[in-house]
Amino acid sequence: MKEISLHIMDIVQNSVEAGATKVSIGVDVDSGRDLLTITVSDNGRGMDSEMTRRVTDPFVTSRTTRRVGLGLSLLKDTARQTGGRLEVLSAEGEGTRVIATLGLSHIDRPPLGDIASTLACLIAANKSIDIDYHHACDGREFSVRTEELRSRLSGVSLADPLVFCFVREYAEQGISQLCSTTPSLLV
Amino acid sequence: MVKTLEDLAKIRDKTREALAARKGDLTTKIVVGMGTCGIAAGAREVMSAILDELGKRNLTGIAVTQTGCVGLCDKEPLVEVSKPGQPRVTYGLVTSERARRIVAQHVVNDQIVGEWVIGTQG
Repeated sequence: MKEISLHIMDIVQNSVEAGATKVSIGVDVDSGRDLLTITVSDNGRGMDSEMTRRVTDPFVTSRTTRRVGLGLSLLKDTARQTGGRLEVLSAEGEGTRVIATLGLSHIDRPPLGDIASTLACLIAANKSIDIDYHHACDGREFSVRTEELRSRLSGVSLADPLVFCFVREYAEQGISQLCSTTPSLLV
Repeated sequence: MVKTLEDLAKIRDKTREALAARKGDLTTKIVVGMGTCGIAAGAREVMSAILDELGKRNLTGIAVTQTGCVGLCDKEPLVEVSKPGQPRVTYGLVTSERARRIVAQHVVNDQIVGEWVIGTQG
């Protein structure tokens, strides 16, 4: 994956396939500790401890259409390349949490990329799932909650093209303002 | 222009009006493959282009959704278009430019873009 935001999109897809109705996405930029932390938590069906242990192995997957599962193993590689790590916590029937820690200034860290389009696509493509997005940049914060969008739209779908365009621009603005003091942290 | 959540009220009213005008229409469905393979091949750009194009044309009430890996990883990004009363068409190796043409030609004008079709059903 060329961008961290594509990894995020991919990990959220796991949550969707695990039947989650609520997904929280966190992006935390901490220049003091030189860390970029990505968290995806869901309330999907979760995994037993054996599967949780093996899930970052590329030859392990629950799918039936192909026999390799690449998403988490790719993210694990990316995290490790930057001196970080990937942690997967899961409980059957409760949900799964994926935490990727990356070296913020590490030369091998991919850029965050187009996170606004990623978020807008995720919201439009999964209109009945509650998605909470939280982005923090050295203490400044920006968030989007589909529950709030939905209540303001009163009945109009989150998959509506105009809503998609709104979400993308809204997130783009919010996130770029967040990192305005430290533009180098945007990527 | 600065976007605020208040703008959603305008979008809501505009969309409701458009939906009321085409009452009774059955829905066109567009599905984008968004497994790891799809995402790595550019599914996000394809989905953004489709929604953007629909938005520009003020086409509302079309269901754009996603699916995971369907096992045709080498043909990703995949886009499936089903219009009421017509066969379901799957396009392969879609780019954002191709996606815009699929919207214009197939979704709007009912002309299947034959050269990019990898399968039809129904």
